[in-house]
Amino acid sequence: MARLVGRRAVFAVPVLLLVTFGVFAVADASPFDPVKAYAGTAGLTASQENLDQLRANLGVDKPLVGRWWDWLTSALQGDLGDSSTLRQPVADAIGERVGWSVLLAATAFVVAILLGSALGVLAARRPGGWLDRCVTSLAYTLEAAPPFWLGLLAMWLFALKLDVLPAGGLTDTASTTVTFGQVTSHLALPAAVLAVSQLPWFVLYVRQGVGDALGDDPVRGARARGLAERTVLLHHAFRSGMLPVLTLIGSRVPELITGALLVETVFSWPGIAAATVGAATSVDFPLLAALTALATAAVLLGNLLADLLYGLADPRVGFDG
Amino acid sequence: MAETTWRPASARGAGGATATTRAWRVWSSAAIVTAVVLAVLVVPPVVNLDEQAVHLADKLLPPSWEHPFGTDDVGRDLLVRCVYGLRVSLLVGIVAAVVATVVGTAVGALAAACGGWVDRIVMRLVDVFASVPHLLLGIFIVAMFRPGVWPVVISVGLTHWLSTARIVRAEVLSLRSRPYVDAAISGGASRWRVTVRHLLPGVLPQAGLAAVLMVPHAIWHESALSFLGLGLPTHQASLGTLVQGARSSLLAGDWWPTLFPGLFIIVPTLAIAGLAGAWRERINPRRRSELML
Repeated sequence: MARLVGRRAVFAVPVLLLVTFGVFAVADASPFDPVKAYAGTAGLTASQENLDQLRANLGVDKPLVGRWWDWLTSALQGDLGDSSTLRQPVADAIGERVGWSVLLAATAFVVAILLGSALGVLAARRPGGWLDRCVTSLAYTLEAAPPFWLGLLAMWLFALKLDVLPAGGLTDTASTTVTFGQVTSHLALPAAVLAVSQLPWFVLYVRQGVGDALGDDPVRGARARGLAERTVLLHHAFRSGMLPVLTLIGSRVPELITGALLVETVFSWPGIAAATVGAATSVDFPLLAALTALATAAVLLGNLLADLLYGLADPRVGFDG
Repeated sequence: MAETTWRPASARGAGGATATTRAWRVWSSAAIVTAVVLAVLVVPPVVNLDEQAVHLADKLLPPSWEHPFGTDDVGRDLLVRCVYGLRVSLLVGIVAAVVATVVGTAVGALAAACGGWVDRIVMRLVDVFASVPHLLLGIFIVAMFRPGVWPVVISVGLTHWLSTARIVRAEVLSLRSRPYVDAAISGGASRWRVTVRHLLPGVLPQAGLAAVLMVPHAIWHESALSFLGLGLPTHQASLGTLVQGARSSLLAGDWWPTLFPGLFIIVPTLAIAGLAGAWRERINPRRRSELML
């Protein structure tokens, strides 16, 4: 297992190097000028001398590779630069927010996995039955629906019409402290919407996997031995049917991040994804670069997790292969 | 047969589709796609309405016979706005899908045709690209190049060629082992000629399928970017900007300006997926029979 982790880590290093370099290269090719962004309106009237001085101070007079290298070396020492939109060091900004994003994404993902497995197994039990048709059609429809639209409609229904859940934020506006009850009630709606946006994929794959497994020899053998349908379904078909799904769980991290970007924005959740959108709107390059690197690291971690899960679930798979 | 107690159900295959429901699905999808194309091509020039015209007296009217989708916060008819929005979103989606397919086919064919270290490096680069979430990369590109139609097209196109490249590479590799390719090579055809004359035509159905499936995906991304305020300018009606513009009305309790643009994303997406599914079964019938067992 250590070897697998080691190999993944070795692959992760060049990926992260390339991605961060790519980020700097795109910025270099774009019309974005960090000096003008820093100077703001004062940059319009400042003399060329002052601008050049500022350029040197910011370290952006160097060529592309030099700037990337400077960023990389200070990033490894924990200094990711300063965010111009949040007016604080990027590392602090990420540290404050990443926990809330992880809470939201993890809750949503667990709900999606549990609900998705249940619906997928129910649908696979009778392919072509009314339940299967309902679940499959619903899954395809939800797959096509943009999460921000689902979020807005959910907000309208539950926060405005029924008035059972808060419409956004982390706590009530009157509240000054972050309490568990407040966070739970504010988490419910965004987590549910994010879960629903991740659900279709999961349902369809579980349905496919379990459906295929129901036609395999172990299941036929179990039925021949007269085992109860419940045992066959949950112990024989579900376990082998989930194997292809497990490998894909880790590869869903990009979609989870995409969904979080939209859902956090809709519900004003104080997470890292909503900050990304803010950073992009006002071209906060240091924050954007750090967040892109962070998201890439999360994706790579997800891939590693998928490999480990697969090995744990299927004893035939060796980690040292 | 002994196993008939459980087998017939699974024998119906994916989605439990019998031949009739499958045919029905294809025809209804075709009807919707035709309606969408007619609506975006024919309605604007024929009806010749000013979709931007403001009628403050009619603002936020709920759906009625006169305004089937209701009106927005400055009294514009939402059905008209949705058709115009779909027109822009579809155009952006198609151009982005074409960009993604051309890039993906070129990269995939290059990797497979050259083989060796070129293949290894190119496919590693594809893996690297795949490690950055699409929407985040799209957001980054748009942020750096400022929102607008072309940055959106480029950002969606450049983030979606990966799957096409993988599909095309796999297809070219499988075609390359066919006898007719061997025959062409031993007949003295150059590598370029073999690729262009013998390999690429065989790849086109798969690449075309990928391109068609890419269109709804590209529309989805355009609307997400526009919703975040990083896509098309707000006065330009696209499905994303319509949902974005409807947020204030929604918070005041009026649901229709939000609901209908979203349906305009979902229904064409399902129709295109329905048609593409039928196409996939045609060019790859083995897939269906595997599922039908």
